[in-house]
Amino acid sequence: MTMALGRALRIEGLHKSFGRLEVLRGIDLDVAEHEVVCLIGASGSGKSTLLRCINLLEPIDAGRIEVAGRDITARGVAVDRVRRGIGIVFQSFNLFPHLRVLDNITLAPRKVLGTPRAEAEDAGRSLLRRFGLEEKSLDYPDRLSGGQQQRVAIVRALAMQPDLLLLDEITSALDPELVAEVLDVVRELASGGMTMIIATHEMGFARDVADRVCFLDGGRILEQGPPAPLLTEPSEARTRQFLQRVIAAGRL
Amino acid sequence: MIGSGPADSGSIPPVAIGRRSRILPAPEDRRGIVIAIVSTVVVFSVLGYAIVSSAGWPRVQQSFFDPETFDESLPRVTAAFWVNVQLFLLAEVLVLVLGLVLAVLRSLPGAALAPIRLLATAYVDLFRALPGILVVSMLGFGIPALDIEGVPNDEFFWALVALTLLYSAYVSEVYRAGIDSIHPSQAAAARSLGLSQLQAMRFVVLPQAVRRVVPPLLNDFIGLQKDTALVSVLGVVEVFRAAQIRQAATFNNTPYVITAVIFILLTIPMARLVDWLVRREQRRASAVAR
Repeated sequence: MTMALGRALRIEGLHKSFGRLEVLRGIDLDVAEHEVVCLIGASGSGKSTLLRCINLLEPIDAGRIEVAGRDITARGVAVDRVRRGIGIVFQSFNLFPHLRVLDNITLAPRKVLGTPRAEAEDAGRSLLRRFGLEEKSLDYPDRLSGGQQQRVAIVRALAMQPDLLLLDEITSALDPELVAEVLDVVRELASGGMTMIIATHEMGFARDVADRVCFLDGGRILEQGPPAPLLTEPSEARTRQFLQRVIAAGRL
Repeated sequence: MIGSGPADSGSIPPVAIGRRSRILPAPEDRRGIVIAIVSTVVVFSVLGYAIVSSAGWPRVQQSFFDPETFDESLPRVTAAFWVNVQLFLLAEVLVLVLGLVLAVLRSLPGAALAPIRLLATAYVDLFRALPGILVVSMLGFGIPALDIEGVPNDEFFWALVALTLLYSAYVSEVYRAGIDSIHPSQAAAARSLGLSQLQAMRFVVLPQAVRRVVPPLLNDFIGLQKDTALVSVLGVVEVFRAAQIRQAATFNNTPYVITAVIFILLTIPMARLVDWLVRREQRRASAVAR
């Protein structure tokens, strides 16, 4: 147990298939509290599926996932309770279009945690203020730019005060000029000590913000380590190949 | 078919514009309108003349459009229509609730709930398959005949039950289409925040789904309002039964015409409302797509 104290997440031998397609083929991953781990790899390498498995949005086929020392993949685990402590932000924002920004943020605290409306709205407003979105609180999501929508989605996840935040390619659907404002939010969260697992194609961002980078290939973590050596001098040929393609695409 | 005449002539101008728009752009629209008006007037005049000048017209006029019978029957027939109004207003409320429950039951995931989904599906299949007049007759005559203690034998009550059962089956399909049209990522986002299956349905999926299905829902209500005439088979003196009684008393069909006009006056505003809602939804969708 003393070992588990500083550990936010432990994944052991995680397998996941969709029909005959094996997407995750034995993932082992430990994440310490306050650590920022970036998952890189080609599309289809299993980054998103891994995040969705951690949030129990996908049932797993084999292996186990521990969050804060508790096995969340065991039988009889209260799934909704586990999810309260794990926030996830999606590539496509997935804001609720029928709710105003503030209601998007306060829905889960009010309905799941039973926070009184006034209290939830105060907390929501102060989060919006922190990320420069205060004046948008009464707008509907479709009135916002993509970057603003994604920042609201991050705030919505933060409103549940998660211990672990999962970010699934959160800038991939954004116009290039809107990427920075979203990444700035993530940087601020990282400097505030938020434990995060980030699937991303932004290598420059990964280098800046990550404590550790994991390169996924064919459903396995092929290589991992501190960003600087891994992104400049990877030991695996596949990693090198992937990074060369990324550089050719102008994303590093 | 008559209506398509003007509509077709209305679609002619775009062709003409390609030919002459540089000289006279605006009058092309005006030309379309004029053609529409002229063709409408011509078609309806010809039809009207053909009917009025037919050999049997005087008899038909006397039998269906008799002013005296009209004046005599109007108060009773319209008074009986109040029964239809009560019937469809009550049924609409019940249908909205029962249809929603059925749709939600059919949308529940999980292997353990298979029997519930199966029952809901069987219900919907059954009541969509049966002709309305059959359900009304079987319930209205059958259940009171059982003579069970405490079970009402009032025809209005069973007419209401029959219409509710029939239309909740249709309406549940409308709801279900709406639920299915909400992208799964919405439910996933809600669940990821810790909302339960039912909370995600209640607070995220349903509010969006219902907004989308209001037009087809109202469309089913138009059907329901007309089908209130079916309960006349039980002897409930609603508008159609009242018209039948008047027809039998006067040997004149004018009461039927009154009934027809009442239903038309009820339905046309509803139909226009549906059109307006559909257009508004389309505008909204295109505004979001922008």
